[in-house]
Amino acid sequence: MGKNLFEKLWELHSVRELPNGQTQLFIGLHLIHEVTSPQAFQMLNERGLKTAFPERTFATVDHIIPTKSQSRPFYDGQAELMMQELEKNISANHRIRFFHTGSGRQGIVHVIGPEMGLTQPGMTIACGDSHTSTHGAFGALAFGIGTSQLRDVLATQCIAANKLKVRKIEINGALAKGVYAKDAILLIINKLGIKGGMGYAYEYCGAAVRNMSMEERMTICNMSIEGGARIGYINPDQTTFNYIKGREFTPKGGNFDRAVKFWNSIASDNDASYDGSVAINANEIEPMVTWGINPGQSVGISENIPKMADIKPEEKGNAKLALSHMGFEEGMPIKGAKIDVAFIGSCTNSRISDLREAAKIAEGKKTAKNVKALVVPGSQQVRKKAEREGLDIIFKDAGFEWNYSGCSMCLGMNPDKLTGNEICASSSNRNYIGRQGSPKGRTLLMSPAMVAAAAISGKIVDVRDYL
Amino acid sequence: MKITKIRGKCVAIRGDDIDTDRIIPARFLKEVTFENMGKYLFYDERYAEKMPFQKGIFSKFSIKIHPLNDLKFEKASILLVNKNFGCGSSREHAPQAIMRHGIRAIIGESFAEIFAGNCAMIGIPLLVVSKEEINELMTIAEKNLDASVEIDIANKEINYDNKKLKAKIDDSSRISLIEGYWDSTSMLLKGIDKAREIAGKLPYANNFENYKAL
Repeated sequence: MGKNLFEKLWELHSVRELPNGQTQLFIGLHLIHEVTSPQAFQMLNERGLKTAFPERTFATVDHIIPTKSQSRPFYDGQAELMMQELEKNISANHRIRFFHTGSGRQGIVHVIGPEMGLTQPGMTIACGDSHTSTHGAFGALAFGIGTSQLRDVLATQCIAANKLKVRKIEINGALAKGVYAKDAILLIINKLGIKGGMGYAYEYCGAAVRNMSMEERMTICNMSIEGGARIGYINPDQTTFNYIKGREFTPKGGNFDRAVKFWNSIASDNDASYDGSVAINANEIEPMVTWGINPGQSVGISENIPKMADIKPEEKGNAKLALSHMGFEEGMPIKGAKIDVAFIGSCTNSRISDLREAAKIAEGKKTAKNVKALVVPGSQQVRKKAEREGLDIIFKDAGFEWNYSGCSMCLGMNPDKLTGNEICASSSNRNYIGRQGSPKGRTLLMSPAMVAAAAISGKIVDVRDYL
Repeated sequence: MKITKIRGKCVAIRGDDIDTDRIIPARFLKEVTFENMGKYLFYDERYAEKMPFQKGIFSKFSIKIHPLNDLKFEKASILLVNKNFGCGSSREHAPQAIMRHGIRAIIGESFAEIFAGNCAMIGIPLLVVSKEEINELMTIAEKNLDASVEIDIANKEINYDNKKLKAKIDDSSRISLIEGYWDSTSMLLKGIDKAREIAGKLPYANNFENYKAL
């Protein structure tokens, strides 16, 4: 019997069995940002410990950074203090590489890791952020950790971990025009439920996944956690190797050729076993939009918000809460819902291909009156590339703000926030109550192209009518 | 420190899929220590910002109806919840806020994974019981204010009202709590030499210089 990628990488990185029955797992790549690291460094200092493998930790700033201007000091004193704390910790641990705003490589941690080639197949990757699952797109075991675990990684480059089960998720067929990776993952979360992945790693496979670019694969793996799965991954293939080749931190020359051999060797074997599998037909997926307060509460653009009578008994409570928070009626179509804000960005959808798709829709159009629209590239490099392609001009001419890179309006930790009960078409990953910075704010999740179309129309529309 | 038994009053926060953004809204994560997190627990569900014209004598916030605002549950040290509690963001601020509010254990139907891992790291036991059982515990906690519950971690039992309930608790966390292993850093440091050895063998750690495919 063969093995799947999860089992192979788990074995490769297992240090020993711990007295409590957990596994001491070595972490190949550790990414840190300003929000979840300061307490971990404090704990380390309190114990008089040093970072064990500083060369395996890389830092950036993304959550708190203002996107209108990255200049210092930040207007928000708390954000400035947080920034200084990170700088202090880096200078005390100077072998940690820091991609600061002046580096030209700052950005959302899950955008810059892959972009610089830090993220590679066959690695274990940890970061104090639940969307670390993104890096699984390369065939790595990548997962979010809490701050105490971050302390453990700094002190030992290991965590105490429990093995997960692995479920295969096959996406067969092909996505239609105007339907994107974001729609596929929203449908998967809707079908399997937001608790469906608890205790599992998801292995995404099938023809639709094989034909996806690396950026699309990252969108899929990114939202594994919204389906309850801490890890999502895709076996590495030629698409993966082509993406990696020539990036700053990837092996070069003969080392690259040898690396490809290793990367091929860690992919799941054909006869590997799984703890269950699910198949989805990509041909049937249409653009998806969430209508509620968790990422599982979504419908296809041509569908109506479900009627209470059609909702499973155990989900009725949350559905009721969702309708009252969103101000929607059961059974109403999602198409036509008015929006106040349109946000294109976040670790789910802020890469160059996302911006290109959104720009195709925005080109030559104007955003609707009363809609505040913003585009926030995931990294300084994405921003630069987009500007070289003239995408910034397209967006600005259409009335979008063109901002500097950061997490921005995905979560309320920086000046980009909803106010009052504003309703936002968003390419981000979470529609939880209060997520976008206003306790009464409302979020509709969808693909970047759908957000662009909503920004132009002032309401939720079917992007396929705009192609 | 070994944690074997926890005894206390309960407070119920009902509802499935309560995410960490609700437990602690992101704007409070801008503090560089966990010190004040207890104050921000379920902040937006407990407090509403008053409209400017309402601001006045007391404060700019009004207090909403919420179990954690109810003086009856002020001394509660055990939290009762439903399914998938703590889903979403990995922020350890969530269990830190719960702990700093005075909660020592959580009983529920199920817990999100990263949240459960974070609780294990800071010594908060999570006990899993059925829907019927949690409903009974919640009802008792809400009706009988003198009721207290005893959690026996070693035997995976919840004792209340002269009744005994079998609960599930993740084996590694149970051992860690009763043996005092939940200081994971010390435990992992004991394996640091082995970790260096494993790291040395990883093909990517040596930039594939000497890697030979099997």
